[in-house]
Amino acid sequence: MNIYDFKNLTDSIHASLSVNLSPTAVTIIEFIIIASAFMILFTLLGLVLVYAERKIAAFFQLRLGPMRVGKWGIAQTAADAIKLILKEPLVTKNADKFLFNLAPFIIILSTFLALGAMPFAKGLHALDFDIGILYLTAVSSFGVIGILIAGWSSDNKYSLIGAMRSGAQVVSYELSVGLSLLTVVILAGSLQFSEIIASQETGWWIFRGHIPAMIAFIIFMIAGTAETGRGPFDLPEAESELTAGYHTEYSGLKFAFFFLAEFVNMFIIAGIGATVFLGGWMPFHIGNWEGFNKIMDFIPSLFWFFGKVAFLIFLMMWFKWTFPRLRIDQLLRLEWKYLLPINLVNILVMAFIVLMGWHF
Amino acid sequence: MKAIVKYIISIISALRTLIKGMAITGHYISHPKEIITQQYPENRETLKMFDMFRGEVVLTHNEDNEHMCTGCSACEVVCPNGTIEIISKRIEMPDGKKKKVIDKFVYHLSMCTFCNLCILSCPTDAIKMSQDFEHAVFDRSQLTKVLNKPGSKLMEGVR
Repeated sequence: MNIYDFKNLTDSIHASLSVNLSPTAVTIIEFIIIASAFMILFTLLGLVLVYAERKIAAFFQLRLGPMRVGKWGIAQTAADAIKLILKEPLVTKNADKFLFNLAPFIIILSTFLALGAMPFAKGLHALDFDIGILYLTAVSSFGVIGILIAGWSSDNKYSLIGAMRSGAQVVSYELSVGLSLLTVVILAGSLQFSEIIASQETGWWIFRGHIPAMIAFIIFMIAGTAETGRGPFDLPEAESELTAGYHTEYSGLKFAFFFLAEFVNMFIIAGIGATVFLGGWMPFHIGNWEGFNKIMDFIPSLFWFFGKVAFLIFLMMWFKWTFPRLRIDQLLRLEWKYLLPINLVNILVMAFIVLMGWHF
Repeated sequence: MKAIVKYIISIISALRTLIKGMAITGHYISHPKEIITQQYPENRETLKMFDMFRGEVVLTHNEDNEHMCTGCSACEVVCPNGTIEIISKRIEMPDGKKKKVIDKFVYHLSMCTFCNLCILSCPTDAIKMSQDFEHAVFDRSQLTKVLNKPGSKLMEGVR
């Protein structure tokens, strides 16, 4: 395979910095470069995903969506961002000021930590822990603490109900996300993202893992959508019941943080799904079709990753704009009576398949 | 055993209905020609309202400046908010008979709720709802309109 390795680029940056700087200074400069890269990515993701969401939602409902700001409403989200920055940051009178201001940062922190472990392309990977999946599931469920704090400190009954619902939801669905990812970990034999991707060189796990991998993928998509608090599972905000749920009392930039975090969380869930089930940045290969595989290799790995992520995000938006919102009892029943038992049986079947060596 | 079969059937039927729903929205997103949004100020010239739209009450006149309102004031009676005022007068016909005709058909657009009762109650179908919806004016007095055109008279044969 002759896919461009971004390690060449990062190594050359490192080498050119090391020429006349001390190792400490080089490390600090590299930290700053990576941090600013992630901040730019975070902002861009927010802008692009909000625009895509509004446009796709509109087309799903036979509308046009934003059309006025710029051609086809391209600059709409930028205008919205400026509006949010200029807005007054309001705080409720009896709010717990410290926790109220802390909550958005906890949520943003959890999304940043999760984003750091994303393998974007070959060699373009900020944190490659050997316990990558464990780290990601741990860090992405960390955001619920921010939601709980936001709901508690707002001094508003709707916020509190929204936060409590969110707590119940994330605690339940985290289980399904973890177990469905474990199904593939059994196949790949590693928790490290780079090794999971490397193990999919001959084919993506969703195809090679027979039906259990498909079931795990479906469960992952359902549970992942629930974990981001979107789509049919948007009980924490439930605008028709709880005005806006846990971020009712937030305004301006702090509200923007919640809003951005929701969209970047969607990207993270889609990114994990793409990496674990759809081969990350691995091109699409079919068995022995040498010519076809060569053509596929020409598409850069960055495009493969973002293409797969875009597909999964589109799928999640499709869910959101098709299905009605679940009630809280239906939500918990879906998890504890359906997804969890199916998942446990599925993981057993998968372990048996791997034990017998039946997978491709 | 029966419970397990029921459980599996419930999952399959749930998935089937979910896919059915996604097929409907999938049809919508793949057919952008069916989009119903009107981009109003831009398409002002070509915009056509649907037939049942209730813009405002108009009195129809034909090309000879004749209307069909006999001044029976059924619409005035039926109007729930006193939107319509019919001021009638008696004129002498050539054969010496006196006849009641309308002097002014006054319509207060500011009070109208577009309930359509006047149109339904009209025995001669003299009035109808137009499809014009740009009612904004700078002064409230402009919303009080006289619907019969100056010099218009009752159409022959309408009684």
